[in-house]
Amino acid sequence: MSSEGPVMRAEEVVKRFGRLEVLKGVSLDVNPGQVVCIIGPSGSGKTTFIRCINHLEKIDSGRVEVNGHLIGYRERNGKLVEDSERNIARQRAEIGMVFQRFNLFPHKTALENVIEAPIHVRGTPKEEAIATGRALLERVGLGDKFDTYPGKLSGGQQQRVAIARALAMNPAVMLFDEPTSALDPEVIGEVLDVMKTLAFDMGTTMIVVTHEMGFAREVADRVVMMDDGAIIEEGSPKHFFDSPTHERTKRFLSKIL
Amino acid sequence: MLAAIDWHILWARIFHPDHVFVLALWRTIYISVGAQILGVVLGLVAALMRLSRIAPLRWLSGLYVLVFRGTPVIVQIFFVYFGANLLFGFTLIPRTVHVFGIFDIDGAAFAGIIALGVNEGAYMREIIRAGIDAVDKGQMEAAKSLGMPYRLAMRRVVLPQATRFIIPPLGNEFNNMMKTSSLVFFIGVTELFGDAEIRYSTTFKPVEYFLAVAFWYLVLTSVWSLIQAQIERKLAVSERGDELSFRERVAAAWLPSAMRIRGTP
Repeated sequence: MSSEGPVMRAEEVVKRFGRLEVLKGVSLDVNPGQVVCIIGPSGSGKTTFIRCINHLEKIDSGRVEVNGHLIGYRERNGKLVEDSERNIARQRAEIGMVFQRFNLFPHKTALENVIEAPIHVRGTPKEEAIATGRALLERVGLGDKFDTYPGKLSGGQQQRVAIARALAMNPAVMLFDEPTSALDPEVIGEVLDVMKTLAFDMGTTMIVVTHEMGFAREVADRVVMMDDGAIIEEGSPKHFFDSPTHERTKRFLSKIL
Repeated sequence: MLAAIDWHILWARIFHPDHVFVLALWRTIYISVGAQILGVVLGLVAALMRLSRIAPLRWLSGLYVLVFRGTPVIVQIFFVYFGANLLFGFTLIPRTVHVFGIFDIDGAAFAGIIALGVNEGAYMREIIRAGIDAVDKGQMEAAKSLGMPYRLAMRRVVLPQATRFIIPPLGNEFNNMMKTSSLVFFIGVTELFGDAEIRYSTTFKPVEYFLAVAFWYLVLTSVWSLIQAQIERKLAVSERGDELSFRERVAAAWLPSAMRIRGTP
């Protein structure tokens, strides 16, 4: 990995579901340590876009690179062909993802959720994985829930375990897909607080699809507005919330703020 | 009518079974267990083949279900045992089969296990497939996002959760299997049903012997029900992190909606 250059670079990413073009050439660079918030109305392609970054969705054209490595595809004679499953898995291990609906493994305790991938994907010795896992769970404020199953945790607690689980792989970039949208209002704060800690104290590179404008304003280095499968405006939170230029952005913000 | 029943024979069959009978009971048990294990293994393989990216594997899996679910199991038993001999003139299954080099079983019983197991596999494929489908798609995505290849994700994340959906119908299947295994009598295996058949043909007391054999099948299926409840309880513990009492599980079985009202935390 080069110290310069973006951690994540997307170039002209196009994605179609059948005849519907949901991404119409999206380009975005994210530098190390940056927090980029993607906002926009539902159906604008925000979620599809970050799912393309770790190849949970195949793309129809364009390219995505993380740490300078092409994701999901190989170049052969100037053409892109889908990479082997094993290589794709290896690339995904470098990209953390937090889902709207947590997707914790319900048959495993909080700690087992966190140590699963380090042990079985990376081959980390069990004692080491457990020590790291405990430290991570303590960091997200769940030091007393190591042996609790997800079914016994609140939504906010589950999402914090999910964040710890993704962090355990020590990813180059963390993707958050509307991490607070499925939460009760009173627990949203605890998840956002954890995310702020990642951004401010740990310098984690983060791409966050969110409707939490307060979070975007406080934490983001850059805010990106998507509409109808394209990025229509991007800039600093200050520019974005105080003097948006695009008519569509103004309308969206006036509705949501 | 009732006066015609020789109660003495009935009680003797139930309370003082002789060693010939015990051997027949043992045959029923090992044929059912062996065939069910084979069925689960084949069903799992066929279910995974159906999910494969390789089209011929998917077709093969479909053909397997079509053929073995679509023809009578008694016909399959006959074909496994006599088929090679009648069609090609050689003996596929010898008189005695050495299993894993540890113990010997009668060739006909072995053929019965194979035929019942292959038949069962076709039903198990559908049950296992439904179990895999019932696991939330987000689980596979979460596993993949952590860098797990498909097979690892299947083994560590999806299949353990599918088990919870598979065990209840699997219990039904095994219950059926114990009774269906009586069909191997027709290729000459003296299991529970066969034993009753032989006794009655020499004594002309069908009611006594068949009532007794019904009683023993009932014992087998009842014991299995208890074992199954125990397995399901274990699964429920790891799934929810708490334990339901037997009474709650019975209530839940009859009133699925009552569970939903209880809700998740």
